[in-house]
Amino acid sequence: MSVATTAVTPPSAHEPERGHAGARIVNALATVDHKRIGLRFIVTAFAFALAGGVLSGLVRHQLAAPQSTFLGPDAYDQIFSMHGTTMMFLFAVPVMQGMALYLVPLMVGTRNIAFPRMAAYAYWMYLAGGIFVYAGLLLNIGPDVGWFSYVPLAGPQYGVGKRSDFWAQLITFTEVSSLLIAISVITTAFKLRAPGMSLDRIPLFVWAMLVTSFMIVFAMPAVMLASTELLLDRLVGTHFFNPSEGGDPLLWQHLFWFFGHPEVYLIFMPALGMMSPIIATFSRRPVVGYPAMVLSLIATAFLSFALWVHHMFATAIPELGKTFFTAASMMIAIPSAVQIFCWIATLWTGRVRLTTPLLFVLGFFVILTLGGMTGIMVASVPLDLQVHDTYFVVAHLHYVLIGGAVFPLLGAVYFWFPKITGRLLSERLGRWHFALLFVGINVTFFPMHQLGLDGMPRRIYTYAAETGWGPLNFVASVGDMITDVAMLLFAVNVVRSLWRGAVAGPNPWDAATLEWAVASPPPSPNFDEPPIVGGREPLWDAGGIAGRVRGLAHEPPEALVTTVVDALPDHRYALPQPTLWPLVSALATTALFVGSVFTPWAVVWGAVPVGAAMTRWFWPRRWEYRQRIAVERSP
Amino acid sequence: MNDALTRPDGAARVLDAKGLPTYAFGNRSVMWWGTMGLMAIESTVFALAIVCYFYLWTRIDRWPPGVPPPALLWGTLNTLILLVSVWPNQFTKHAAERRDLRGVRIGIVVSLAFAAAFLGVRVLEFSALGCRWDTNAYGSIVWLLLGLHTTHLVTDAYDTGVLAVLMFTGPLEGRRFVDVSENAFYWNFVVASWLPIYAVLYLAPRVL
Repeated sequence: MSVATTAVTPPSAHEPERGHAGARIVNALATVDHKRIGLRFIVTAFAFALAGGVLSGLVRHQLAAPQSTFLGPDAYDQIFSMHGTTMMFLFAVPVMQGMALYLVPLMVGTRNIAFPRMAAYAYWMYLAGGIFVYAGLLLNIGPDVGWFSYVPLAGPQYGVGKRSDFWAQLITFTEVSSLLIAISVITTAFKLRAPGMSLDRIPLFVWAMLVTSFMIVFAMPAVMLASTELLLDRLVGTHFFNPSEGGDPLLWQHLFWFFGHPEVYLIFMPALGMMSPIIATFSRRPVVGYPAMVLSLIATAFLSFALWVHHMFATAIPELGKTFFTAASMMIAIPSAVQIFCWIATLWTGRVRLTTPLLFVLGFFVILTLGGMTGIMVASVPLDLQVHDTYFVVAHLHYVLIGGAVFPLLGAVYFWFPKITGRLLSERLGRWHFALLFVGINVTFFPMHQLGLDGMPRRIYTYAAETGWGPLNFVASVGDMITDVAMLLFAVNVVRSLWRGAVAGPNPWDAATLEWAVASPPPSPNFDEPPIVGGREPLWDAGGIAGRVRGLAHEPPEALVTTVVDALPDHRYALPQPTLWPLVSALATTALFVGSVFTPWAVVWGAVPVGAAMTRWFWPRRWEYRQRIAVERSP
Repeated sequence: MNDALTRPDGAARVLDAKGLPTYAFGNRSVMWWGTMGLMAIESTVFALAIVCYFYLWTRIDRWPPGVPPPALLWGTLNTLILLVSVWPNQFTKHAAERRDLRGVRIGIVVSLAFAAAFLGVRVLEFSALGCRWDTNAYGSIVWLLLGLHTTHLVTDAYDTGVLAVLMFTGPLEGRRFVDVSENAFYWNFVVASWLPIYAVLYLAPRVL
């Protein structure tokens, strides 16, 4: 397993492409390779995380001392709103979906994602949405009413200019993107698994992404509907949220949190999926309790749809309703705890190697548990009423999201970086990164618990010295700078390792799942002859790879479609080929979405180019048709 | 089960995929799963919009507020047209699954005629709603529900039109018949999703 003894060819981050620069650009724009698209999602999401991090740095700078005049209230509102919006919609969800896009096809042993052109379209939509909303921020049209954009503040009466419209339309961009990726992942996990990978042999990461994708399908429509209603209220004078004409502002909160609470779990769940292979690999044994792990994921998904009202305890909801949602909020701790105990048992009974990916996983246990404990506190109505809208909640949500998602994600980056680039990240820098980040996060957010209990409200742009909040705020701002140093080390590590990292070989960690069976970085298409799976841990079990599938065409590349439960071979499926039309369709859709911020007619006229581009996308090209018809075989 | 794929002596086995078909109908095909995914998303949107309708209903005393319920004529006529359209649609689907090009061409053209009919009547439905989207919250949700469904009618009619052209011009291969079959499947969904919306828009304010 050791790094040094694995003989490999020198890797490069990307497949070398033939042809001159122009052709290379066209190829890059037209690509339908799930690995390139997935990597684009991941890199773009980290770029947005950097932007969101800069915004939070501005926030911490402003709050470091009382009566600061660094930012005015208007700029502050845009900055904290964009920080939350960026981290939730442009970082957390897309980065997880990018990981799924990259890893799921490799892990299930197939050659591409099920709908690769749709995945390409989804990426362009996501990128366009992010650029759109950041262009808004730079033009002083940045969303300024928080990441959940409550009405009436966001409504036509109080929301000035086009700021809330930009926020609402960003939602449309990102949710379209997420929903399409979710469909691709579900179809891939159900229909494109290697023969022999029956449901009870699906890797836990794939299970996690499958369950997450189902949650996306049922949660994200709620926020799309809500943001559409908000846009309609603002643009054409509907009254969904206008109480004087029979509407209701609370309808917004219901719809938003019906999405918003599952949202937390659909950021958390992929992270849980990343934990399992990391823990298994570095304990050198399969995760304890596979059925319990899978059932816990599914239980968490269901329960997460029954929690949304706990964000609304401070509104006029019937008391019985609050009690129900308190109980549900307590209950969701059970499946989470089952998983945590399974992991502890795995570590306990395994032979542990304390590598950087595992350090981040251990960081998860500490930080998420702290966030979970305050979660149990705010799940009870009386305590929640006390700390609602204070920094206590800010501390809670950052502990949960950073501990629950960012730490496992960073562990996953250390874990899969060698697969993606062919080179390992530096362990020494990685340990420093982990240590500084762990300290930085705690120094930043732990004092916020106390600030909240001392009564400091969220979203205020400054405070008076007499409040006594100054010292702890200063400590939090110092913590933020430690975090910045940690993330700078991470960036240095990534850039340095791309050129100078140790060559990884196909399986540097001696891990068990199929992505480690191919070269690093994986060739395109992934598997020349896809494997037949004979066990739950294909690379560990004797006979885990029971054989090979031959006879799949290369031009166009074909995938093997298998049955849902047993993964028995069913038919061949010619994968879609590269094309520019998803990009053109995304540009046309962008014109429609941006136009409809200003006039409803954009929906009508904008639909014409969208329809034309998508038709062209669908229309079979002669050369592809000839390739396919040459190998066609009817059922 | 999986044992079918492993040899009893444990030796590596080679599975030759050459003999397998290159397309399949129904839930064997990936297109079916993609279509199901879209239908799940859109059903969720419809369900949530209906929840909005009843939520707003609980906020006021009289429903509909200040306006009569939508006139029954056009909505009911359109429900009938949509239900009858299932017949040519199923005909097209079955013809596609038999790879009967002539049958597909006939079925898809008849289906398109139905699409023209229900889109025309839909315009009349909007005019018979008895309120505007900006009259009050009731008007807003009624227009939203009808608008959401109309979007589906338009896109489904357009998709069917594109497929109809392809069926006459080519290039045709087996997987295009899968597309026709899945499009027909989606058409059934658009019809089926109309029934609860019809009940909510036209019947609920009269019955409840």
